[in-house]
Amino acid sequence: MNKIANRQVICETLMEQVKEDKSIVALCSDSRGSASMTPFFNAYPENSVEIGIAEQNLVSISAGMAKCGKKPFCFSPASFISTRSYEQAKVDVAYSNTNVKLVGISGGISYGELGMSHHSAQDIAAMSAIPNMRVYLPSDRFQTKHLIEALLKDEKPAYIRTGRNPVEDIYSEDNCPFEMDKATVIKEGTDVVLIGCGEMVRPCVEAAEILEKEGISATVLDMYCVKPLDTEAIIKAATNAKAVVTAEEHAPFGGLGSMVAQVVGANCPKKVVNVALPDAPVITGNSKAVFDYYGMNGEGIAAKAKEALA
Amino acid sequence: MNLEALSFECRQNVLDMIMEGRAGHIGGDFSVMDILITLYFKQMNISPDNLDDPDRDLFVMSKGHSVEAYYAVLAAKGFLDIEDVIKNFSKFGSPYIGHPNNKLPGIEMNSGSLGHGLPVCVGMALANKMDGKTGRVYTVMGDGELAEGSVWEGAMAAGHYKLDNLCAVVDRNRLQISGNTEDVMADDDLDARFRAFGWNSIHAQGNNIESLNEAFEEAKTCKGKPTVIIADTIKGYGGGEIMENKADWHHKVPTQEMYETISAELLKRRDAANE
Repeated sequence: MNKIANRQVICETLMEQVKEDKSIVALCSDSRGSASMTPFFNAYPENSVEIGIAEQNLVSISAGMAKCGKKPFCFSPASFISTRSYEQAKVDVAYSNTNVKLVGISGGISYGELGMSHHSAQDIAAMSAIPNMRVYLPSDRFQTKHLIEALLKDEKPAYIRTGRNPVEDIYSEDNCPFEMDKATVIKEGTDVVLIGCGEMVRPCVEAAEILEKEGISATVLDMYCVKPLDTEAIIKAATNAKAVVTAEEHAPFGGLGSMVAQVVGANCPKKVVNVALPDAPVITGNSKAVFDYYGMNGEGIAAKAKEALA
Repeated sequence: MNLEALSFECRQNVLDMIMEGRAGHIGGDFSVMDILITLYFKQMNISPDNLDDPDRDLFVMSKGHSVEAYYAVLAAKGFLDIEDVIKNFSKFGSPYIGHPNNKLPGIEMNSGSLGHGLPVCVGMALANKMDGKTGRVYTVMGDGELAEGSVWEGAMAAGHYKLDNLCAVVDRNRLQISGNTEDVMADDDLDARFRAFGWNSIHAQGNNIESLNEAFEEAKTCKGKPTVIIADTIKGYGGGEIMENKADWHHKVPTQEMYETISAELLKRRDAANE
């Protein structure tokens, strides 16, 4: 099991890049520890800004810095940065078109036991609804590195959600196909399409393995780019299959599942089934226990796929 | 250039925009006008020729609803064509929206939702300090706006980081949509509030360009602290008896008769300023 969390990879990538590009700045809201950004803050204090527990300030200040040529990455728990500072993201970042990368750490139900105040099960819907805001949920550490490197090359706003815990690798050092804003096709099949983002990509891969043993052939798409959604990949995969299953660590409304259903419904109508968190405060437990409880694992996704195909 | 006379001409342009566009926050436009004139014509190093100069002074119109005054001053400074603004303000598909938009030349940041300008300026001032840039950073807030909590988050960080390259102005006209600020949400102890956050505070007569200019000059001499200028203004200033100090002129399109009365008053004051 990989022991490196995606958030840690973001820190390492920024530490590499800041050596060449002094305009990179990291901002935290008393969150450098939970963001794994302490090494960056210690090594590059002149590129680090502490804002204190004030997420609205964090985002507005980042926007002001971007306006003056900085490349701010601002870090706060996804639950707060996506809704507490939602208006700052909308007006100061997206509407004013400032080069701010908002990083939502401990996203979804990473803080499982801490309750709904600390869960971000609405961030995909909220952030995707803002014009000029992009939304990315990388699946593993290798993809995270590629994504951050790609984001450093552009000057547009983006929201990146990462989980708290290390996740099992999907890719490897030598084999991590990555094209910006294009879904990664992990596996191609003929019966059903499984589309996941973030921590739900791994269970999709596992579901495909379960289905394979039962003679059901699945395509697996890693839709790390939830916005702009790779509609071409969805249409291509769905056109050749009988049903589509989506999986996301998010509320059942307005997230990846809703978006995929829109695309499939408009272009190549097929049955679309969404695997997601419930529209209710989530049961207490760590991520794995919660995912298992709600069927957000390989077996659960495989079962949904069979239902959809029945 | 006689800036006082210019301020009344700009107010006339605001009035024409609002008559043509059938919308506008006229009361605050008239109160804030002298603050903007002083900033753009006596203080800030900014013009259409140095828009991309990294050392330019930066301005964010935090009270974005006074956009008509902002357009009038940007036009007077050569950023916009005033005829085009008056003709198209608030019209279908117009670039001259009812709040500042940075697709227009001279406008750094979009605003409209209150309480954003100061924290954004904190980011600009911090970045300029990091890079040793000489540009100063300015914002204008309304007094009603100070009820937004995000203003005080920004004030806190500006004090913490000792941003003496940052100067905020409060357009203290004492009126907001619902009435007197002291009745809606009292903030008559602004000095104490800002000082508690580590700021230097100065008072100015907000409809007097000389008084404002002195305050801005004094702000530049204060080291180790951001400065707030509490500019005591009159809502509707320049519009005469029918407009001045009346809350219901916060957002209003005058009748033709009112338009003529206000225009006559503005002309009279402009001529008096020119004498």
